[in-house]
Amino acid sequence: MRVSVSWLAEHVELPDGSGAAEVAEAFVRVGLEVEQIHTPPSVTGPLVIGQVAEFEMVSGTKKPIRYCQVDIGETTTRGIICGATNFTVGDVVVVALPGAVLPGGFEISARTTYDHVSDGMICSIRELGLGAEHAGILVLASAVDAEVTGLRPGADAREMLGLTDPVIELAVTPDRGYCFSIRGVARELACALDAHFVDPVARIAVPAADGPAWPVRIDDASGCRRFVARRVTGVDPVAPSPWWMRRRLLTAGIRPISLAVDVTNYVMVELGQPLHAYDTTTLTDAIVVRRAVAGEKLTTLDGTARELDPDDLLITDGSGPIGLAGVMGGAATEISERTDDVLLEAANFDPPVIARGARRHKLPSEASRRFERAVDPELCAVAAERAATLLVQYGGGQIATGRTDVGQPPVLPSVVLPLRLPDRIAGVRYANGVTERRLGQVGCVVQPRSAPDGSAELVVTPPSWRPDLVMPADLVEEVLRLEGLDKIPSTLPSAPAGRGLTPAQRRRRSVSRALAEAGYTEVLPFPFISPSVFDALGCVPDDVRRRTLRVVNPIDADRPELATTLLPGLLDAVVRNVARGMSDLAIYHIGQVVLPRIEQIPTPVVGGVDRRPADAEIAGLVAALPGQPLHVGVALTGMWEQPGWWGSGRAVCWADAVHAGHVVAAAAGIELRVVAANLPPWHPGRCACLRVGDWPVGYAGELHPTVIDALGLPARTCVMELDLDALPLTERRPAPVVSPFPPVLLDVALVVDERHPAAEVADTLREGTGPLLEHLRLFDVYHSDQLGHGKRSLAFTMRMRATGRTLTLPEATTARDNAIALATQRFGATVRG
Amino acid sequence: MSENYDPKQVAVLRPEALGEAVERAMWAFAGAADLGELAAVKPAHLGERSPVLVARREIGALPPHAKAAAGKRVNEARVAIQAAFDERRGALLAERDARVLAEESVDVTLPWDRGPRGARHPTTQIAERIVDVFVGMGYELAEGPEVEAGWFNFDALNFGRDHPARAMQDTFYIAPLGSDLVLRTHTSPVQVRALLERPLPVYVVCPGRTFRADELDATHTPVFHQVEGLAVDEGITMAHLKGTLDAFARTMFGAESTTRLRPSYFPFTEPSAEVDVWFPAKKGGAGWVEWGGCGMVHPNVLRAAGVDLARYTGFAFGMGLERTLQFRNGLPDMRDMVEGDVRFTSAFGIDN
Repeated sequence: MRVSVSWLAEHVELPDGSGAAEVAEAFVRVGLEVEQIHTPPSVTGPLVIGQVAEFEMVSGTKKPIRYCQVDIGETTTRGIICGATNFTVGDVVVVALPGAVLPGGFEISARTTYDHVSDGMICSIRELGLGAEHAGILVLASAVDAEVTGLRPGADAREMLGLTDPVIELAVTPDRGYCFSIRGVARELACALDAHFVDPVARIAVPAADGPAWPVRIDDASGCRRFVARRVTGVDPVAPSPWWMRRRLLTAGIRPISLAVDVTNYVMVELGQPLHAYDTTTLTDAIVVRRAVAGEKLTTLDGTARELDPDDLLITDGSGPIGLAGVMGGAATEISERTDDVLLEAANFDPPVIARGARRHKLPSEASRRFERAVDPELCAVAAERAATLLVQYGGGQIATGRTDVGQPPVLPSVVLPLRLPDRIAGVRYANGVTERRLGQVGCVVQPRSAPDGSAELVVTPPSWRPDLVMPADLVEEVLRLEGLDKIPSTLPSAPAGRGLTPAQRRRRSVSRALAEAGYTEVLPFPFISPSVFDALGCVPDDVRRRTLRVVNPIDADRPELATTLLPGLLDAVVRNVARGMSDLAIYHIGQVVLPRIEQIPTPVVGGVDRRPADAEIAGLVAALPGQPLHVGVALTGMWEQPGWWGSGRAVCWADAVHAGHVVAAAAGIELRVVAANLPPWHPGRCACLRVGDWPVGYAGELHPTVIDALGLPARTCVMELDLDALPLTERRPAPVVSPFPPVLLDVALVVDERHPAAEVADTLREGTGPLLEHLRLFDVYHSDQLGHGKRSLAFTMRMRATGRTLTLPEATTARDNAIALATQRFGATVRG
Repeated sequence: MSENYDPKQVAVLRPEALGEAVERAMWAFAGAADLGELAAVKPAHLGERSPVLVARREIGALPPHAKAAAGKRVNEARVAIQAAFDERRGALLAERDARVLAEESVDVTLPWDRGPRGARHPTTQIAERIVDVFVGMGYELAEGPEVEAGWFNFDALNFGRDHPARAMQDTFYIAPLGSDLVLRTHTSPVQVRALLERPLPVYVVCPGRTFRADELDATHTPVFHQVEGLAVDEGITMAHLKGTLDAFARTMFGAESTTRLRPSYFPFTEPSAEVDVWFPAKKGGAGWVEWGGCGMVHPNVLRAAGVDLARYTGFAFGMGLERTLQFRNGLPDMRDMVEGDVRFTSAFGIDN
């Protein structure tokens, strides 16, 4: 909503010396956000009103050029060359004389052109910086109008052009439909400044009428609450709109078109009531307001043929639909340059109906923007009268005696407000009478009374333009914002003792920190993926990860699905970093994935805010949601250790990825079991399944070479992903018994078949040694021809210790031998000599 | 005279012999070039078979009248040799400290960038920091899902079905159309969940990832993070809201920071306000910066969550984490937050 300060000043007594900055500050104080203050374009030097006295055509030019004599109030006229043709003798125009500088640093000087001295320039709207219009020069008024409006040649043109009038652009919140009008924002400004407010409505008389202006029937009373029509006949179809009206429309951001259209737009901006003008001669029979019937069509003013929806509210006549109510009129009944018989519609529609219609047809119009935020139903007759009067004033003709006024707008119910509720919500003790005064200021009728318990309360009837005031809280807000939120003190509430973070929340932090400490850098990729990524990952057609939820309106049409795995996002980040020259990478991501239910349960309809839903309803809502476990994933490529003065480096390998799983597990306070697996996108021989007990929680290893090719990744890229929510939470971990007695250290090297995983051999040694084993570590893996094909040697070091006494060597040796015996029994292991 | 008197043996006790032993030892020690050589020659002069120790064992064979004098001589010789040894050892140690340790010196400015250095995303860090501030005040951390039921994201928060505010937030809808599932447009549905699940009073802080169908550019991203605060208790006022925001601002922007409220509109609060924060370190000089939204929890929201309106009131506030980082840490481009370029995140370390 753009408003000029001078227009506001017409309705609010601004304190002396208040300019755009003070007005803007006042708006902000009461909750109207100022998007921008547009200072008028700067024009310096002589810029005056001129009247075209005569002109002659310059001969011998391709396009028509006029040499004009312009009266600028001097004893003689000035000769000015002009390339426009949209004016005639007697027209009042704007002349920039030599020495003037127009917006953009355009300096005017006397110069010879087309064999004439051009002693200035007749300006267009664009040259003056007032708008985009450049089809011709700006004609302020014809000779006749000039006398009426008292434009005097030679007078400074700045004020009448609005070049001294800043424009304030306001953002209007959805609850304040009435602020889409000068009437509304001027009232807000008056409240903010505690200044006198002149309601433009009070200046408009609505005379008694004789019968209807046109037969109108409302068939859908829920959609259309009121419909007023007024008819003006004998209008001059080409009469121009007065400059002041065009200027105000321009400052409001609306392009002037023709008198009838400009008048409806002007009244809409002034009062907030959208109007529609019909060419009465194109109407057939009675106007009926009703919903569309399936299959009906309407060509709207913008020339678009639209399929109508049964929910669309229509203005119809004998010919069928002639307008999408409150959104846009139809082309067939539009005002044309021949229209001399105008029927003005000022109606009031149900906001949700208009909101749905405008959204459905993607037609956010000036009208729909106001109707969907609610328009004052009391305005219909006033606005129609105002428009008809302006039409007659500037276009001639007369207002027909009849007025149509049908429909029954709802009456806003009163709200009972405990007198001290504003104080209790604000935490402020307001002076007596403040609440009544502020509510009166916004237009409420306030009646004090005693509640049955003896406390004071106010019966507040909101004004017709404030349907947003439905409960005490709404009234409280009015008092608080008008008194000023800066009056509210700063007090800390005393919250009860909290329980701190939950174990799962602490675990998430620990895992994040542990991975970063281990060398990984966190990334936060978007969860949007392309279905084709699963082909690239080598997933089989019925891979469970392909079961995704899809976004209806994705930003990137190629990536409409929600990730069921963190890997695509991580690998995207790898590709981007490598492309930017960061080829040694270790990155991680902790985030929710979205796993649809096997069978999608429809979301139950729970309804509004009139009650708490039943537990079963809430359970139904939750049950309809997909599973969204928290996953953690890593991706790594390039060198893990850099070469340097200390020696050579080491490339990342599958084991780093598996270790990342152990880092997560350690941070979570559990141990993972690693077993060989074969799952896309991993390398079939280098894929580890990470388990808690026998339960798989994730996978780690090197990517399959085909996947690496398909995604354009560096060779040997490794990844790990696990379901953090699947890890059991550990609380109160038991303390170990730390024996102070000396240990016995023994080594054992076992030759075993390669197909036996080292982890199983180690587990067997642990089991076989029993409780004396304090620590077991695999320190060497060895292949050789002597061992034989398919065999390898696994060398372990064992630290054994007893509690409460010194362990003897024979005891330790017996325990080790037991372990070897068990390994021999299970794996055919032999001790390497 | 002892029967076992052996003139050859006793000769070792003669003063000349002992003097010579001392002399030889001094020569030998002086000739040792380093501690190793010194250790190697030590047994010949101070060991069991060294002349002075051999002489000491001979004392017992002397007649009683001669024992005292001979003992004294041997002891003097031994002390002299030991002193010579200690002196030489001291000299060699000093020399080693001066020379050898100097030779072993290294360039300690050599880099040790052998392994990767990790970092955590600034969004994660600031979220944790904010949570810590509120946990310190007694709040608890509440969470919710990113794919959310429309009822939690909109209806329960007093967004009417056809209310223009519903269209204001460019929502990602989950297929099929009419599923009534959305990617949550804000963290506010967690408010509703917290009120439904927890006993009153409720004081929670909810950070989380949120979604709006905005194109990614320097100042917008379709995936971003918010943090929400909610307090519902008896006697909660807007002054409590202001006090909480001021305390929050001080921990984030310095002791001089404070907040300013401007009336605004959100469907789920009434009264509603925009929060500006006074940022002393603002680019170009201290000033107000738009920070977030807040207000008193709308009675309709409390009712939908089953809260007794006669007894309880509440406040809520919400801020964008990316926006906070943008002005707090002077981030020029929103895209840096989402692209996962490790150079960006590395600059923030693990915790700051």
